[in-house]
Amino acid sequence: MLRVLFFGRFREELDCAELNLVFSENYTNLQGLQDALIAERGDQWLEVLAQENVIRAVNQEVATQNVALSDGDEIAFFPPVTGG
Amino acid sequence: MSQPLSVRVQAEDFDIALLQEQLLQGEAAEGAVATFTGYVRNNNENRNVHSLELEHYPGMTERSIQQILAQSAQRWPVMAAAVVHRVGKLKPGEQIVWVGVSSSHREAAFAACEFIMDYLKTRAPFWKKELSPEGGQWLDARASDGERARRWEHD
Repeated sequence: MLRVLFFGRFREELDCAELNLVFSENYTNLQGLQDALIAERGDQWLEVLAQENVIRAVNQEVATQNVALSDGDEIAFFPPVTGG
Repeated sequence: MSQPLSVRVQAEDFDIALLQEQLLQGEAAEGAVATFTGYVRNNNENRNVHSLELEHYPGMTERSIQQILAQSAQRWPVMAAAVVHRVGKLKPGEQIVWVGVSSSHREAAFAACEFIMDYLKTRAPFWKKELSPEGGQWLDARASDGERARRWEHD
Protein backbone atom coordinates (compact mmCIF):
# COMPACT_ATOMS: atom_id res chain seq x y z
CA MET A 1 0.00 0.00 0.00
CA LEU A 2 0.93 3.62 -0.47
CA ARG A 3 -0.19 6.06 2.19
CA VAL A 4 -0.86 9.45 0.58
CA LEU A 5 -1.46 12.47 2.81
CA PHE A 6 -2.75 15.98 2.10
CA PHE A 7 -2.39 18.97 4.40
CA GLY A 8 -3.59 22.52 4.90
CA ARG A 9 -5.43 24.15 2.04
CA PHE A 10 -4.95 21.06 -0.14
CA ARG A 11 -6.67 18.81 2.42
CA GLU A 12 -9.70 21.11 2.39
CA GLU A 13 -9.80 21.74 -1.35
CA LEU A 14 -9.59 18.03 -2.12
CA ASP A 15 -11.80 17.10 0.81
CA CYS A 16 -9.27 14.37 1.49
CA ALA A 17 -6.74 13.97 4.31
CA GLU A 18 -5.48 10.52 3.40
CA LEU A 19 -5.62 7.87 0.69
CA ASN A 20 -4.44 4.30 0.98
CA LEU A 21 -3.66 2.98 -2.49
CA VAL A 22 -2.76 -0.50 -3.56
CA PHE A 23 0.75 -0.21 -4.96
CA SER A 24 0.61 -0.63 -8.73
CA GLU A 25 2.67 0.10 -11.82
CA ASN A 26 1.03 3.54 -12.09
CA TYR A 27 2.62 4.51 -8.83
CA THR A 28 6.22 3.46 -9.25
CA ASN A 29 7.45 7.04 -9.07
CA LEU A 30 6.31 10.27 -7.49
CA GLN A 31 5.41 12.06 -10.72
CA GLY A 32 3.49 8.99 -11.90
CA LEU A 33 1.49 8.98 -8.68
CA GLN A 34 0.72 12.69 -9.00
CA ASP A 35 -0.31 12.31 -12.66
CA ALA A 36 -2.47 9.30 -11.84
CA LEU A 37 -4.27 11.11 -9.02
CA ILE A 38 -5.01 13.99 -11.40
CA ALA A 39 -6.14 11.67 -14.21
CA GLU A 40 -8.26 9.40 -12.04
CA ARG A 41 -9.95 11.89 -9.74
CA GLY A 42 -11.10 14.79 -11.84
CA ASP A 43 -10.92 18.54 -12.27
CA GLN A 44 -10.59 19.56 -8.65
CA TRP A 45 -7.51 17.36 -8.31
CA LEU A 46 -6.05 18.84 -11.46
CA GLU A 47 -6.62 22.34 -10.12
CA VAL A 48 -4.93 21.60 -6.80
CA LEU A 49 -2.13 19.20 -7.73
CA ALA A 50 -1.08 20.83 -11.00
CA GLN A 51 -0.21 24.09 -9.26
CA GLU A 52 3.39 25.22 -9.45
CA ASN A 53 4.01 25.46 -5.74
CA VAL A 54 3.00 21.95 -4.71
CA ILE A 55 5.46 20.54 -2.18
CA ARG A 56 5.91 16.78 -2.21
CA ALA A 57 7.39 14.62 0.51
CA VAL A 58 8.32 10.95 0.43
CA ASN A 59 8.71 9.21 3.78
CA GLN A 60 8.67 12.61 5.49
CA GLU A 61 11.49 14.13 3.45
CA VAL A 62 10.81 16.82 0.86
CA ALA A 63 11.41 15.53 -2.66
CA THR A 64 12.40 18.28 -5.07
CA GLN A 65 12.68 15.89 -8.01
CA ASN A 66 10.92 12.82 -9.24
CA VAL A 67 11.87 9.76 -7.18
CA ALA A 68 11.04 6.07 -7.30
CA LEU A 69 8.35 4.84 -4.91
CA SER A 70 8.17 1.50 -3.14
CA ASP A 71 5.31 -0.41 -1.59
CA GLY A 72 4.79 0.92 1.94
CA ASP A 73 5.98 4.46 1.26
CA GLU A 74 4.29 7.49 2.79
CA ILE A 75 3.79 10.37 0.36
CA ALA A 76 2.48 13.83 1.15
CA PHE A 77 1.33 16.77 -0.95
CA PHE A 78 1.06 20.19 0.65
CA PRO A 79 1.25 23.93 -0.05
CA PRO A 80 4.22 26.09 1.05
CA VAL A 81 4.49 26.12 4.82
CA THR A 82 3.32 29.01 7.00
CA GLY A 83 4.25 28.17 10.58
CA GLY A 84 6.19 30.10 13.18
CA MET B 1 29.79 16.26 20.39
CA SER B 2 26.11 15.89 20.95
CA GLN B 3 24.07 18.74 22.31
CA PRO B 4 20.60 18.37 23.77
CA LEU B 5 18.27 19.36 20.96
CA SER B 6 14.65 19.30 21.94
CA VAL B 7 11.51 19.60 19.80
CA ARG B 8 7.96 19.74 21.06
CA VAL B 9 4.79 20.23 19.04
CA GLN B 10 1.82 20.62 21.33
CA ALA B 11 -1.62 22.16 21.73
CA GLU B 12 -0.90 23.38 25.27
CA ASP B 13 0.54 26.76 26.13
CA PHE B 14 4.10 26.90 27.46
CA ASP B 15 6.00 28.57 30.30
CA ILE B 16 8.92 30.59 28.95
CA ALA B 17 10.76 30.80 32.27
CA LEU B 18 10.59 27.04 32.73
CA LEU B 19 11.75 26.38 29.16
CA GLN B 20 14.74 28.69 29.60
CA GLU B 21 15.67 26.97 32.85
CA GLN B 22 15.44 23.56 31.16
CA LEU B 23 17.83 24.75 28.47
CA LEU B 24 20.62 25.24 31.00
CA GLN B 25 22.64 22.18 31.84
CA GLY B 26 23.24 23.02 35.48
CA GLU B 27 26.99 23.42 35.44
CA ALA B 28 27.08 27.16 34.81
CA ALA B 29 28.99 26.70 31.55
CA GLU B 30 26.60 28.83 29.50
CA GLY B 31 27.40 32.48 29.01
CA ALA B 32 24.37 33.30 26.89
CA VAL B 33 20.84 32.23 26.14
CA ALA B 34 19.00 33.79 23.21
CA THR B 35 15.29 33.14 22.86
CA PHE B 36 12.52 34.08 20.48
CA THR B 37 8.80 33.99 21.22
CA GLY B 38 6.19 34.35 18.48
CA TYR B 39 2.65 35.51 19.27
CA VAL B 40 -0.65 35.53 17.38
CA ARG B 41 -1.29 39.07 16.11
CA ASN B 42 -4.76 40.59 16.23
CA ASN B 43 -4.54 41.78 12.64
CA ASN B 44 -2.95 40.62 9.41
CA GLU B 45 -2.91 42.55 6.14
CA ASN B 46 -5.71 44.79 7.45
CA ARG B 47 -7.93 41.89 8.44
CA ASN B 48 -9.09 41.45 12.02
CA VAL B 49 -7.99 38.06 13.21
CA HIS B 50 -10.35 36.29 15.60
CA SER B 51 -8.26 33.18 15.82
CA LEU B 52 -5.73 31.04 14.00
CA GLU B 53 -5.79 27.34 13.34
CA LEU B 54 -2.40 25.70 13.15
CA GLU B 55 -2.09 22.38 11.35
CA HIS B 56 1.03 20.22 11.17
CA TYR B 57 2.29 16.97 9.70
CA PRO B 58 2.78 14.70 12.73
CA GLY B 59 6.16 13.04 12.45
CA MET B 60 7.60 15.09 9.62
CA THR B 61 7.20 18.36 11.51
CA GLU B 62 9.18 17.15 14.52
CA ARG B 63 11.74 15.53 12.27
CA SER B 64 12.30 18.63 10.15
CA ILE B 65 12.75 20.86 13.21
CA GLN B 66 15.18 18.33 14.67
CA GLN B 67 17.18 18.59 11.44
CA ILE B 68 17.17 22.39 11.64
CA LEU B 69 18.45 22.25 15.23
CA ALA B 70 21.17 19.79 14.22
CA GLN B 71 22.23 22.12 11.39
CA SER B 72 22.42 25.07 13.77
CA ALA B 73 24.57 23.04 16.15
CA GLN B 74 26.95 22.13 13.33
CA ARG B 75 27.28 25.72 12.31
CA TRP B 76 27.68 27.44 15.70
CA PRO B 77 29.00 26.29 19.10
CA VAL B 78 25.52 25.63 20.47
CA MET B 79 25.32 24.01 23.90
CA ALA B 80 21.60 23.29 23.79
CA ALA B 81 18.69 24.29 21.59
CA ALA B 82 14.95 23.81 21.91
CA VAL B 83 11.81 24.56 19.94
CA VAL B 84 8.24 24.46 21.18
CA HIS B 85 5.53 25.04 18.59
CA ARG B 86 1.82 25.04 19.28
CA VAL B 87 -0.90 23.61 17.04
CA GLY B 88 -4.69 23.81 17.08
CA LYS B 89 -6.80 26.88 17.63
CA LEU B 90 -5.05 29.98 19.00
CA LYS B 91 -6.32 33.45 19.82
CA PRO B 92 -4.62 36.84 19.37
CA GLY B 93 -2.10 37.45 22.12
CA GLU B 94 -1.37 33.75 22.62
CA GLN B 95 2.12 32.33 22.34
CA ILE B 96 2.68 30.30 19.19
CA VAL B 97 6.35 29.38 19.08
CA TRP B 98 9.42 29.51 21.29
CA VAL B 99 13.05 29.00 20.28
CA GLY B 100 15.86 28.91 22.82
CA VAL B 101 19.59 28.50 22.26
CA SER B 102 22.35 28.39 24.84
CA SER B 103 26.02 28.93 24.14
CA SER B 104 29.21 30.19 25.72
CA HIS B 105 28.85 33.57 24.05
CA ARG B 106 26.10 35.70 22.66
CA GLU B 107 27.13 35.72 18.99
CA ALA B 108 26.41 32.02 18.51
CA ALA B 109 23.23 32.17 20.59
CA PHE B 110 21.80 35.12 18.63
CA ALA B 111 22.77 33.74 15.23
CA ALA B 112 21.57 30.18 15.87
CA CYS B 113 18.26 31.41 17.29
CA GLU B 114 17.60 33.52 14.21
CA PHE B 115 18.71 30.75 11.85
CA ILE B 116 16.39 28.24 13.54
CA MET B 117 13.44 30.62 13.31
CA ASP B 118 14.11 31.51 9.66
CA TYR B 119 14.38 27.85 8.69
CA LEU B 120 11.39 26.83 10.79
CA LYS B 121 9.27 29.43 8.97
CA THR B 122 10.20 28.11 5.54
CA ARG B 123 10.82 24.39 6.07
CA ALA B 124 8.83 22.98 8.96
CA PRO B 125 5.44 21.70 7.81
CA PHE B 126 2.92 23.89 9.61
CA TRP B 127 -0.01 25.68 7.99
CA LYS B 128 -1.97 28.61 9.41
CA LYS B 129 -5.61 29.25 8.74
CA GLU B 130 -6.86 32.64 9.77
CA LEU B 131 -10.39 32.95 11.07
CA SER B 132 -11.88 36.44 10.79
CA PRO B 133 -15.40 37.87 10.52
CA GLU B 134 -15.10 37.36 6.74
CA GLY B 135 -14.53 33.63 7.19
CA GLY B 136 -11.58 31.25 7.11
CA GLN B 137 -8.53 31.84 4.98
CA TRP B 138 -5.37 29.77 4.58
CA LEU B 139 -2.33 32.00 4.71
CA ASP B 140 0.13 32.10 1.83
CA ALA B 141 3.86 31.81 2.40
CA ARG B 142 5.60 35.18 2.40
CA ALA B 143 8.36 35.85 -0.08
CA SER B 144 10.21 37.83 2.60
CA ASP B 145 10.44 34.71 4.79
CA GLY B 146 12.02 32.82 1.90
CA GLU B 147 14.52 35.62 1.37
CA ARG B 148 15.46 35.70 5.05
CA ALA B 149 16.07 31.94 5.04
CA ARG B 150 18.15 32.10 1.86
CA ARG B 151 20.57 34.58 3.47
CA TRP B 152 21.98 31.70 5.52
CA GLU B 153 22.95 29.77 2.39
CA HIS B 154 25.63 32.29 1.48
CA ASP B 155 27.17 33.18 4.84
